[in-house]
Amino acid sequence: MKEVNKSVPKKDGMGLTVGKPAYTEDLAPQNALTVKVLRSPYPFARIKNIDTEKAEKLKGVKCVLTYKNVPRNIVTRAGQGYPEPSPHDKFILDEYVRYIGDEVAAVAAEDEVTAVEALKLIEVEYEKLEPVLDFERAEGHPSIIHPEKEAHEMFPTGFNPSKNIAAEYHMSFGDLDKTLKKCDYVVSERYYTQAQNHTAMETHSSFAYVDINGRLNIVSSTQTPFHARRIVGEALGLPLDKIRVIKPRIGGGYGGKQALHGEFLVALVALRTGRSAKLIYTREEVFEATYTRHPMRIDVTIGADKDGNIKAIDMEILSNTGAYAEHALTVFMVAGSKTLPLYNKAEAVRFGGKVVYTNHTPAGAFRGYGAVQGNFALEATIDKLALAVGKDPVEFRVQNMIKEGETSPVFKIMGEGTEGVDMTVDSCKLEYCVKRGMELCGWKDKYPRKQIGKNKVRGIGSAIAMQGSGIPCIDMGSAVIKLNDGGFFNLMVGATDIGTGSDTILAQIAAEALGVSTDKVVVYSSDTDLTPFDCGAYASSTTYVSGNAVYRAGRKMKGLIEKAGAERFGVSKDEVEFDGEFIRTKDGRNSVSLSQLSTELYYSNKQKQLMVCESFCGEVSPPPFLAGFAEVEVDLETGKVDLIDYTAVVDCGTPINPNLARIQIEGGLVQGIGMTMFEGVKYGENGKLLTNNFLQYRIPSRKDINKLTVEFAESYEPSGPFGAKSVGEIGTDTPPAAITNAIYNAIGVRVTKLPVTPEYILMELKKKMK
Amino acid sequence: MKINLKINNINRDIDVEPGEVLYDVLRRCGFTSIKKACGTSSCGVCTVLLDGMPVPSCSYLAVKADGHNITTIEGIKEEADRIGKFMVEEGAVQCGFCSPGFLLTVIAMEREIENPDSQGIKNYLAGNLCRCSGYEGQLRAVKKYMGVSE
Repeated sequence: MKEVNKSVPKKDGMGLTVGKPAYTEDLAPQNALTVKVLRSPYPFARIKNIDTEKAEKLKGVKCVLTYKNVPRNIVTRAGQGYPEPSPHDKFILDEYVRYIGDEVAAVAAEDEVTAVEALKLIEVEYEKLEPVLDFERAEGHPSIIHPEKEAHEMFPTGFNPSKNIAAEYHMSFGDLDKTLKKCDYVVSERYYTQAQNHTAMETHSSFAYVDINGRLNIVSSTQTPFHARRIVGEALGLPLDKIRVIKPRIGGGYGGKQALHGEFLVALVALRTGRSAKLIYTREEVFEATYTRHPMRIDVTIGADKDGNIKAIDMEILSNTGAYAEHALTVFMVAGSKTLPLYNKAEAVRFGGKVVYTNHTPAGAFRGYGAVQGNFALEATIDKLALAVGKDPVEFRVQNMIKEGETSPVFKIMGEGTEGVDMTVDSCKLEYCVKRGMELCGWKDKYPRKQIGKNKVRGIGSAIAMQGSGIPCIDMGSAVIKLNDGGFFNLMVGATDIGTGSDTILAQIAAEALGVSTDKVVVYSSDTDLTPFDCGAYASSTTYVSGNAVYRAGRKMKGLIEKAGAERFGVSKDEVEFDGEFIRTKDGRNSVSLSQLSTELYYSNKQKQLMVCESFCGEVSPPPFLAGFAEVEVDLETGKVDLIDYTAVVDCGTPINPNLARIQIEGGLVQGIGMTMFEGVKYGENGKLLTNNFLQYRIPSRKDINKLTVEFAESYEPSGPFGAKSVGEIGTDTPPAAITNAIYNAIGVRVTKLPVTPEYILMELKKKMK
Repeated sequence: MKINLKINNINRDIDVEPGEVLYDVLRRCGFTSIKKACGTSSCGVCTVLLDGMPVPSCSYLAVKADGHNITTIEGIKEEADRIGKFMVEEGAVQCGFCSPGFLLTVIAMEREIENPDSQGIKNYLAGNLCRCSGYEGQLRAVKKYMGVSE
């Protein structure tokens, strides 16, 4: 392989690094109207009266939108495939506001100062309603958060808004209770995870304009341009042929930009005023009024026999989706479907629970997508069980975990909102990952703890994880490859590069399939008018799903080039081969460069355009695997925990671009570390998010990260493009469990609620001393 | 009110509002390399150099900058390209949104500290947050660029 498994520089790397105008706000027309949103000060209220007259009369105000003058079509903003597993429960604007930050009205004005001034002139009379702020009391609460008759599910998902239930799901195989009874060791624990915020550095941004043909054009910092087109059409009641969505460069997404935020409003303003209109979220709006990770309560029980063989696993979840049920069912299901197969020898497994509405900021997709929460609970309990059995937790994992060529009943039973697919794991180097990780982190010397001076103890902990590679039978990616005169190619993909480097790795896959060098492939991505369809950047799908489409297109184009060469030489296609630069007959008599052949094809000889389109929709979703090891130092006097070292060994199949794969893992690890150690979420009594800026909500800084060690296992996934699987999400999964396991090994305190704080540690240490 | 800013060595008289921050003024003047991510001077993304020192332009009043030298990436293309090359070759750039502010801070560090070690680099750049990279790639790139071997 010449072009893949090679650290080609990221195609847009230089341009982005030196600050070329590339992001949504950079590209918005100078004279675009500024859109600002009036947001609810109450967690739950009905708008009794709204008077916008004074705002409308303010000089410079061009348009005011309220629930009274916008289309009333109920949608989900989730940005998923269709039909969506998320219920339709959101109007563009509604007379009910369901969390502090929910949209009440929008103003478009000539400049920001005027728009902000106009917001203050809107007079709103609210009928305050009793909010639901405790997710453990949401079900059956007297306040019904979604009383509207239009709210509906697209297919059975357990949606029951009269009880504040957004989704419900249960599965089981084997006889759990009977199997647990027979187990020699049974351990249980309850865990809580918090509403982590994505904090992409670029806030959610979009602008819209009406083009010369009267079509609505939306430029948006979106991970899902094709879904955005569909959902804008649905919400505005606009035919899809009137809408174009363009994704420029994106300043980070991590799931937070899978859904629509702002697109409806800029679209309506552009259509009503005929002017371009932009909406750039403030950081506070991102915190309060976009998405978070779903906070969950997870109960896990695991049983093993006397030899330490895991026989039964029970996982029961209560998930909090906030005010709208975007990704409610699927995130919750992934907490089981992308963790339980790790221990595939269990004879009885039960998974189930509910997702409830509350009057908090909605939760949505976030890198890891439930697998992080599930992994924390499962892998912490595995450590607890290993201790009960009396085994080293790593050896206990190796004894019980899934291996290459094996399967799990969970694969078939659980998909994302629907049934899953039966599959064997054809590439799984987890055992190597675990053993190599043990060597790299010095497990044998360091487990379980070491006293460092009088008041400091170091501990080491581990966790393993899996993810998927796209949603099988649902996610589709496609690619067009066009040969140009001069012998270079355009690769057009719907796949959405949100900073991941997917444009670059897809070009590498195309180049490898064609046999040319990557610099001969010019990529254009994510424009609903100009590129073929792709579901978008989510579910760890791009390398595997879009990559397979690109691979197919590349092979097909190679065939067309050889055919054109054969026609030129007047021989059969079998006698010709393309080596990346020249098309030759195998007997060596004839040869023409691709540059020459392509120029002839367009100007002088048997003229025709060579262009191919291929698509891919996976029948399976090969999981990448990761073994993570955390070493922590706990200060017994202050309760402060420092992360000394984090080691991750990854099986992502062939890393198409090792540098970019590595940074995906490193970045994922640090987001997981942030969730575990720093990113505390606090609400006021009235449900107001208090941690709504970077001062109160602390993401890791470079000083918090002492050492990350990342290595890749040699692995080849037969169904992936050149052996590749996904790499985008798996890095996020292990830190919560590995770090809290390390803390337990250091001081005997089991952290069951994230994030870990010095107060928590100190209180638990004090309890232990009593 | 009118202020005078020397932006990338060119003097400009600019009308500003009393409460306007430097970030808004510079963007308005077309310097789109500057990005904003927090508005509370907590993340370093909006960094520009004021008389050579990094300042958060999102919270720096434009009037306070009256009569001072402002440097953005547009004004130090060659240096930016040189560091950028190390960043890209290391694969340290993901979404790129924090890169301009990061690069300017690296340039300020280079001028201010001779032969920093890893910890010195981390300390100097601590105010520049990045949510994509996990920081390690940036550190590798800066160390290579500055010839730090340990």
